Amino acid sequence: MRYTFLLYSDPSDFKDVTEEEMQQQLEVFGRYIADLQTAGVFVDTDWLQPAMTATSVSLKTGSKQIQDGPFAETKETLGGYFVVDVPDLDAALAWAAKCPAAHYGTVEVRASAMPEGGNPHAS
Amino acid sequence: MSDPRSVAAEVARRSYGRLIALLSATTGDISMAEDALAEAFARALQKWTTPPSNPEAWLLTVARNIHRDRRKSAAERTRTSLEDAPEASVGPKERLLEEALLAANEDRRLKLLFVCAHPAIAESVRTPLMLQTVLGLDAALVANLYCMPAATLSQRLVRAKRKIRDSKIPFRIPDGGELEERLPFVLEAIYGAYALDWTRADSLEEDLRGEALFLASLVCETLAVPEALGLFSLLAFSAARQPARFDLEGAVIALEEQEMDRWHAPLFRAGERALAQASMARTPGRFQLEAAIQAAHMSRRRTGVTPWKEIAALYDGLLSFAPTRGALVARAAALLSAHGPDAALRSLEGNLAELQDFQPYWATLAHARLEMGEIEEAKAALGRAISLCTEHSLRLVLERKLESLRTL
Repeated sequence: MRYTFLLYSDPSDFKDVTEEEMQQQLEVFGRYIADLQTAGVFVDTDWLQPAMTATSVSLKTGSKQIQDGPFAETKETLGGYFVVDVPDLDAALAWAAKCPAAHYGTVEVRASAMPEGGNPHAS
Repeated sequence: MSDPRSVAAEVARRSYGRLIALLSATTGDISMAEDALAEAFARALQKWTTPPSNPEAWLLTVARNIHRDRRKSAAERTRTSLEDAPEASVGPKERLLEEALLAANEDRRLKLLFVCAHPAIAESVRTPLMLQTVLGLDAALVANLYCMPAATLSQRLVRAKRKIRDSKIPFRIPDGGELEERLPFVLEAIYGAYALDWTRADSLEEDLRGEALFLASLVCETLAVPEALGLFSLLAFSAARQPARFDLEGAVIALEEQEMDRWHAPLFRAGERALAQASMARTPGRFQLEAAIQAAHMSRRRTGVTPWKEIAALYDGLLSFAPTRGALVARAAALLSAHGPDAALRSLEGNLAELQDFQPYWATLAHARLEMGEIEEAKAALGRAISLCTEHSLRLVLERKLESLRTL
């Protein structure tokens, strides 16, 4: 089953981060990615530009609405995600708890709603 | 040893915590003590052509003067005014005085431990605070040990130090009933330091594990209470086994399968002595029992067999003090070896709901199923254990076991 970890945090917690701290943070995430890869559960990840750079698109009202900014203005914003392929929610939660982002924000874990759990290779 | 830089590095490693303890003991301001000491180290690197005979005393005197100047000028504190501050004079008299102070300083370091593990400090920050202030580890290194961004950890440490200063957490060793209440926090935080994955700190691994053991011994020297001795014993036994814990591929080797001649004998004996001393008081506790379990495992060194029945009984005792999932499953594993799979599974019956996402439970269940000849169930349990396992060294072992079952 494919699970997506949505990493939410408050960007203002990182406004004073030094160059060295940023480097260390990249290394910590790098190790986490390596751990996921070694365990054979890694699918994908990305680190997103800040929410203020978001552009939102909707056709819900019948015509194309383009809005400058995120879908909702909140203190904690989506900063990145991981996609892992593990057997069940317990395994997904075990890995989510190891995610460095869990130390400073919230990691929301969601199962894929796609047929075959989002995994094209699933039997 | 005459290279000033390496002398300074050695002093930083060995005495950082003692120096911070001395500097902050009177003011309660750990951050300012750290700043002053950092400045003193910087000056040492500039000024030492050959290192002084007592580098600790030199650093302490200089740092203390900086500390004093900063406190005086706290209102208009700026870097430039400090650089203009008069240079510390380190005369022979002061040196003698500082040496005497350093000798008496273990006590202050212990006080600092009690400050770091104060119940008013958030539990999650106690061990990192101890690592940074008492042992002098770099914040980035501590952050690596926790797999967390250094910026996040730094914020927490700064907040904790501010709280220590502003709420005036006293620098003292509590006594009587208060000591009884507070000591477990200190022991827990030291245990937390030992239990970290030191491989993340690369080559420093052994030195730093030794530091956690050193902290435990520091507590024992001043407060020879049974649980402190129990913790020291537990850490000594664990450290003694360190050289035998992993195979060449980095997989964990189970205690009962480790090569005993790779265990570190002097550490093992130190652990035994501490445990014997602890048990004289006849007031068992969590750390004493955990140490006794280790001692029982390691008694294989003399007898050639692991005393599984005794170990299972010790886990009964441990569960009465600390009913954790880990102890519950470890007891089941001991029962499995002592009395067979039925006894093991029976011991877990009342707790199945809370064990469903606990990796060691599935590994032990797989072992029990295998003993019962239920190969398919064993494979399924192992598969589940693997899916829940986020530690590479352990995952390797589980995967090998599953592989070996595939050929059955």
